[in-house]
Amino acid sequence: MLNQSLSKKRKGFEVLMKALMLLSVGLTAALVLFLLIYVLGQGVPNITWELLSTKPSYLTEKIGILPDILNTVYIVLATLLIVLPLGVGAAIYLTEYASNKKVVGIIEYAAETLSGIPSIIYGLVGMLLFSNSMGTCLMAGALTLVIMNLPTIMRTTQESLKTVPQSYREGAFGLGAGKWRVVRTVVLPGCVDGVITGCILSVGRILGESAALLFTAGFAHALNGIIDGLAAPGATLTVALYVYAKEQGEFGVAFAIAAILMVLTVLINFAATLVQKHFAKRRSL
Amino acid sequence: MSNIISVKDMSLWYGDHQALKNVNIEIPEKSITAFIGPSGCGKSTFLKTLNRMNDLIPGVKITGDIRYEGTDIFSKEVDVNNLRKEIGMVFQKPNPFPMSIYDNIAYGPRTHGITNKVELDEIVERALRDAAIWDETKDRLKKNALGMSGGQQQRLCIARALAVQPNILLMDEPTSALDPISTSRIEELVVELKEKYTIVMVTHNMQQAVRVSDYTAFFLLGELVEFDKTDDIFSQPRDKRTEDYITGRFG
Amino acid sequence: MKKSQLMEKLIHGIFLVLGLITVGCVLLITVYLVISGIPAIREIGLVDFLFGKEWASTASEPKYGILPFILTSVYGTAGAILIGVPIGFMTAVYLSKLASPKVKSVMQSAVSLLAGIPSVVYGLVGMLVLVPGIRKIFDVPDGASLLAAIIVLAIMILPSIIKMSITALDAVPKEYEDASLALGATPIETYFKVSVPAAKSGIAAAVVLGVGRAIGEAMAVMMVAGNVPNMPDSLFQSVRFLTTAVSSEMAYSSGLQRQALFSIALVLFLFIMLTGATLNFFLKREKE
Repeated sequence: MLNQSLSKKRKGFEVLMKALMLLSVGLTAALVLFLLIYVLGQGVPNITWELLSTKPSYLTEKIGILPDILNTVYIVLATLLIVLPLGVGAAIYLTEYASNKKVVGIIEYAAETLSGIPSIIYGLVGMLLFSNSMGTCLMAGALTLVIMNLPTIMRTTQESLKTVPQSYREGAFGLGAGKWRVVRTVVLPGCVDGVITGCILSVGRILGESAALLFTAGFAHALNGIIDGLAAPGATLTVALYVYAKEQGEFGVAFAIAAILMVLTVLINFAATLVQKHFAKRRSL
Repeated sequence: MSNIISVKDMSLWYGDHQALKNVNIEIPEKSITAFIGPSGCGKSTFLKTLNRMNDLIPGVKITGDIRYEGTDIFSKEVDVNNLRKEIGMVFQKPNPFPMSIYDNIAYGPRTHGITNKVELDEIVERALRDAAIWDETKDRLKKNALGMSGGQQQRLCIARALAVQPNILLMDEPTSALDPISTSRIEELVVELKEKYTIVMVTHNMQQAVRVSDYTAFFLLGELVEFDKTDDIFSQPRDKRTEDYITGRFG
Repeated sequence: MKKSQLMEKLIHGIFLVLGLITVGCVLLITVYLVISGIPAIREIGLVDFLFGKEWASTASEPKYGILPFILTSVYGTAGAILIGVPIGFMTAVYLSKLASPKVKSVMQSAVSLLAGIPSVVYGLVGMLVLVPGIRKIFDVPDGASLLAAIIVLAIMILPSIIKMSITALDAVPKEYEDASLALGATPIETYFKVSVPAAKSGIAAAVVLGVGRAIGEAMAVMMVAGNVPNMPDSLFQSVRFLTTAVSSEMAYSSGLQRQALFSIALVLFLFIMLTGATLNFFLKREKE
């Protein structure tokens, strides 16, 4: 009785499911490996100092991506600068001030809705809202990205605020501190984790974004300082990749940019895990 | 009365920590054996070794010999799934699957290859009757099992274990999560079940051991200190440590 | 005393405004899309717009039927789900239940990387690997096709499906699995017959999330689907999605054509809201 082995049907199920699972995991792993190796292999040889340090020139017919790198930096800075106070403020309202459950529900539902809207729609609305009034420029792109990244910052901040022990707040109130004082001295320091995590995630999202920027920030490759740059149209690295690959057939440059983006993605993921681990450890202390 | 399980010199380690030390025991058929002892004494660990549920925990090492009806349960020829079909288990916390009452009971038989609807219906009814819960469930077999009370859920779990027609039923503190009324119903049920099944039960409640069991084993710090008829153990324990425990001097 | 109370009220008000910004954004987006999307639909006629089989926006007698785009988006998404969900689901079961902690953590980083790769990079690789590959393997004149888009979309939705399914499967109480094993079911039988059904709402939510991602993706699809407004009659046809219909003509559009693009965006938005509502439904059920 005991040494009967599994029936054929059960054995078949076992073998089939195991095979399908291993196949799927293998496929996923192979895909990631292929993408990494292929993109880096095609891209890295094309990355030269000249490419990184110049702007495209019609005279020499050479392409440089310095303007695109700078544009990316500008747009990341501008977006974070605007979205941080908004997102953190919204999170503080939700966790510290809001007493009406319905209002909280509506705000959270709105945030969820925002994070589900595809970037092409953001691009369109950004064009109508910002570019039509201020012209196609990096700032219009940044403002569009602000709306896109608002839910991310809000959520990560909210999560870190939830880990601030209630007793801290009670302690501060017990000392006769007003609400605002408690928020400033007890709550705000507690949301540093969330803000940092949110920033990393947002930077990742901004780096990868193209559809929302095409019609809001445009795709010029002019070399500008940050102030002029924000007022002028410009392509970020991702948009530049699209333009070079799709419109101009410059695959060498496109792969060089792709390789750069790939490395940045790896770094950002690494940073995100590191930060999360660090904060998890600190919290458990 | 013959012994259905015999254990010789069995020890168990979690990594470097020895959780069971040289356990020797013979469990008689069609009777109720209770394992008692303070928490952490190894009684639950030992129970779970009998149907090899400890195999799942990484880092566990087991030595010694455990025989079920004369067969070494760790031998290579033994299929662990068949062993668990023969030796069923009821857990501390009622854990019905998030499915209908019917599907809960039919899960085991279906797993073991029974697909015939008529046959399944019969098995489900018999299991529910055996677990004394048929009258409460016969009109709501398609309802989700999680909608039942804790006591009903535990009897459903007993029925589910019975549905695969085991020989032995291992019960790991089956009433510790229940109220007194549900507890006494389960106890009554367990006593009825020994007509057909061998029952091994871990309990943290000495009165419960006295009320239901025929034999009692007292575990302390991973050792089986004493094993005897329940009446004898509670009236004239041979070991000083057993006496201290049942008179409430520790634990 | 009075002054500080006033101050507290003021600050409360400021935070309230900040909190309501998300709501404002959603309203703004909805209102803008509706306002700019309605005129063209009015002019073209709802039925002609939604069910017209021909899109010829720059012809001398322009036609604005978006059925080809709707069907392409629906087929493309369905195809991506058909390929991506089984692979993602099986991967998730393996990683959640069978993989060693080390394999699980390495694969989870790999999946995060997959999620973080910009869509234009997928588009680029698709353009240079997938499109020529399809042309050669199936011996068709152009590999830029519905099939290429489906494969790229399937890959792009993989991370969301894997991540969300793992979360749902990890949350299945161990007690369920113990009960199944104790009845003599094998671990694999247990995972598929107890753990997966117990996590079904979460897995369904993962699928719906994938649908949302696939419907909304623009750039990668733009680079591999060919962008001709054909009816999607075959996998090898060059096709245009709802998303790419908006982006491919926006730069040079004007007049009614431009307004019609906004109407397409409105249709796309409605699709997304619908999947969002479905997602919420499943997530709520998962919580209960």
